[in-house]
Amino acid sequence: MSYTGRFRVWRGDAEKGDLVDYDVEVNEGEVVLDIIHRLQATQAGDLAVRWNCKAGKCGSCSAEINGRPRLMCMTRMSTFAQDEVVTVTPMRTFPVMKDLVTDVSYNYVKAQQVPAFAPPANLKPGEYRMAQADVERSQEFRKCIECFLCQDVCHVIRDHEDNKTAYAGPRFLMRTAELDMHPLDTLDRKHAAQEEFGLGMCNITKCCTEVCPEHIKITDNALIPLKERVVDRRYDPLVWLGNKILRRDA
Amino acid sequence: MTEVEKHSYDVLIIGAGGSGLRAAIAAHEAGLRVAVICKSLFGKAHTVMAEGGVAAAMGNANANDNWQVHFRDTMRGGKFLNNWRMAELHAKESPDRVWELETYGALFDRTKDGRISQRNFGGHEYPRLAHVGDRTGLELIRTMQQKIVSLQQDDAKQNGYPGADEGRLRVFAECTITELLKDADGRIAGAFGYRRESGSFLAFKAPAVVLATGGIGKSFKVTSNSWECTGDGMALALRAGSSLLNMEFVQFHPTGMVWPPSVKGILVTEGVRGDGGVLKNSDGKRFMFDYVPDVFRAQYADNEAEADAWYRDPDHNKRTPDLLPRDEVARAINSEVKAGRGSPHGGVFLDIASRLPREEILRRLPSMTHQFKELADVDITSEPMEVGPTCHYVMGGIEVDADTAAATGVPGLFASGEVAGGMHGSNRLGGNSLSDLLVFGRRSGEGAAAYVKSLGGTYPVITDAQIEECVSDVLTPFEREDGENAYEVHQELQQVMNDLVGIIRKADEVQDAIERLEKLKERVANVAVAGGFDFNPGWHVSLDLRNMMLVCECIAKAALMREESRGGHTRDDFPQMSARWRKVNLVCTLNSSRTGIDVVEQPMPPMRPDLLALFGREELKKYFTDEELADLPEESS
Repeated sequence: MSYTGRFRVWRGDAEKGDLVDYDVEVNEGEVVLDIIHRLQATQAGDLAVRWNCKAGKCGSCSAEINGRPRLMCMTRMSTFAQDEVVTVTPMRTFPVMKDLVTDVSYNYVKAQQVPAFAPPANLKPGEYRMAQADVERSQEFRKCIECFLCQDVCHVIRDHEDNKTAYAGPRFLMRTAELDMHPLDTLDRKHAAQEEFGLGMCNITKCCTEVCPEHIKITDNALIPLKERVVDRRYDPLVWLGNKILRRDA
Repeated sequence: MTEVEKHSYDVLIIGAGGSGLRAAIAAHEAGLRVAVICKSLFGKAHTVMAEGGVAAAMGNANANDNWQVHFRDTMRGGKFLNNWRMAELHAKESPDRVWELETYGALFDRTKDGRISQRNFGGHEYPRLAHVGDRTGLELIRTMQQKIVSLQQDDAKQNGYPGADEGRLRVFAECTITELLKDADGRIAGAFGYRRESGSFLAFKAPAVVLATGGIGKSFKVTSNSWECTGDGMALALRAGSSLLNMEFVQFHPTGMVWPPSVKGILVTEGVRGDGGVLKNSDGKRFMFDYVPDVFRAQYADNEAEADAWYRDPDHNKRTPDLLPRDEVARAINSEVKAGRGSPHGGVFLDIASRLPREEILRRLPSMTHQFKELADVDITSEPMEVGPTCHYVMGGIEVDADTAAATGVPGLFASGEVAGGMHGSNRLGGNSLSDLLVFGRRSGEGAAAYVKSLGGTYPVITDAQIEECVSDVLTPFEREDGENAYEVHQELQQVMNDLVGIIRKADEVQDAIERLEKLKERVANVAVAGGFDFNPGWHVSLDLRNMMLVCECIAKAALMREESRGGHTRDDFPQMSARWRKVNLVCTLNSSRTGIDVVEQPMPPMRPDLLALFGREELKKYFTDEELADLPEESS
């Protein structure tokens, strides 16, 4: 059942690097991460790669396999022909640190900018009551394992480094949607979504949904509804009138 | 002197899983400056892998539940070897810790009346596990990760600007601590480590350190644990002069994946059985009915009709033996496979497909469905899974004070979560780990804060000489020209532990393991590393190996000493539980030459009378010595 697989792995650092060819043993049932581990143990002890759970639950081993953003632990070798060269490169949207490891700090900076859950003041711990149907919308987004593949594939930042300041990416726009749909959250997040996190820059090409290993419908269930909520708020004639009369900021 | 990045904090927390993050929240709320060391990226800790739920007697699904019932279940599960004070605090405080998570933004599955839903699990008398499908650990870690951010945002607001302020609470991601530092009086003074990405060095000055580094699973070949679980905290504690308790008790989760080989060991949640899944052998027989031990006969059904009726009417039927505590189920599976009634790939069958409608399986077990489909090409809604035991959890750990989580013997050192010992006795119940993290994570953060405040602002100092010694220590693998390959030595260590100190143990095999470990120790000391300092996994493994060696020696030596079978320690040559051994904790320390481990017997403190009164004499008879029974007050009879 074993065969010798042909691999091209990007090796290098922030300054320079190149694809390096390796021939590696492949066994039945293995995934790409198994092959990378075998490379480490037998041919390249210092090959840098992030991984943790090896079961698609932690979102650490994100990379691009034959150009497609994927988790290495969830990409089975049986999806490739035995004579096919499998190319593994680091996520392109983030700066390379070493080999397959990238600097993903952009995501943690964005995470710090999204205002946290604002609990209701009148409810003590243990008094929260929410219907299953109402929590399910946000629960879908909380399945996110923060692999950042949606961020990697999103063309708004993939090819435009300068957009990173104004745009939080699908992951954190979805986080905003999650909080906005939380039955007990007390903040209005629509203004921030549009003005601070760049919701308007997303033009719903659904690339993020396609690469999500958790199969979260990021575009349909988070981004589009969030856009609709923003539009409702901004163009609601009653809100407009109210703002005029009461002289509040829109 | 080598360049070393220096930091100073009030409390240093090593580990960013459930207990580390909960400790950080508590220490920050106590008004202190806190640093959290995270071996991986923030939010990736092994807690993320917990699936089934968090045990807390909230009584949402069955109003008869309360802390006393939870306490009893925990003690029974641990076969009465638990630190009963920890089990008491845990049972009493878990509900508050779970409700608190909702105020941080957690979204648990709901009951019909909108409260937190609770599911059945092995060893728990009532449905007790708060859950989010089968990804509860992810919810826990993400919720606390977001709470940390929330506290940073509060700090920023307080200082008058938007965003987050890391001044009082900072997470150091992808860093590893290699040594704890003490002052001349033997008190904790700080810690030394390195950044994984650059290999550059870090020194922390801190009067209190909370160890929250999790488990040891990577010492075994077949394990559900990630690369991080290398027993770092236990080894750090040993080298700092603290002690470990009951390291012979290692939990083999009964249901890990067995095929394909590359995913062998990955966890299959107990929730599958909690929701109706049953274990079957190659004859299609539900074999668990043949394995109900005498101590559990009163609570578990002996036939399929009653077991199935229990799911619908738990008040009038005994529960299914598929949900016996994990040690019992793991041993049963082991026996079935040995008797030739296993599945094609050396496990047994776990069948949910014939028990629940497809839609219901998809709703309750989405992550399991996904895992089997993607990794094994098995559709669990139409065919049975193949499962077998996998190293999952260590009950033993750092000896701590139950109330403050202070580690024995080293002022300023605290420990919580899997790295701490005692709470779970000889076997942990499913769901009691996440609640343990919350209850004792908080207590360790508060314990550390109280200790720091007692110092009155004068903190122990660390010296440049101490730091220099740490630097030269971590650099030695680079200095060897042709030494051992760290990966190979690691694989051999895992094989030795798996084969000789695994789920079923024998004196001669464990003795053999101890001798092999001695030889491996020499090889670990001779590991050489190629490449540079930047993100070099070979170097990282070579340093982690030293910790695994120490922990493995503890497990093997304690396993040889304890001549009985109890919970996560099964001796083929001593198959019975012994009342004498229940009164004994085995305590491991680093020997005086710092080259190996000493193990001594230490008497277990007797249980407080009011807690003892929660059990009937008939039940205690199964565990206690005649002298102990003679001393029992009348009301327990």
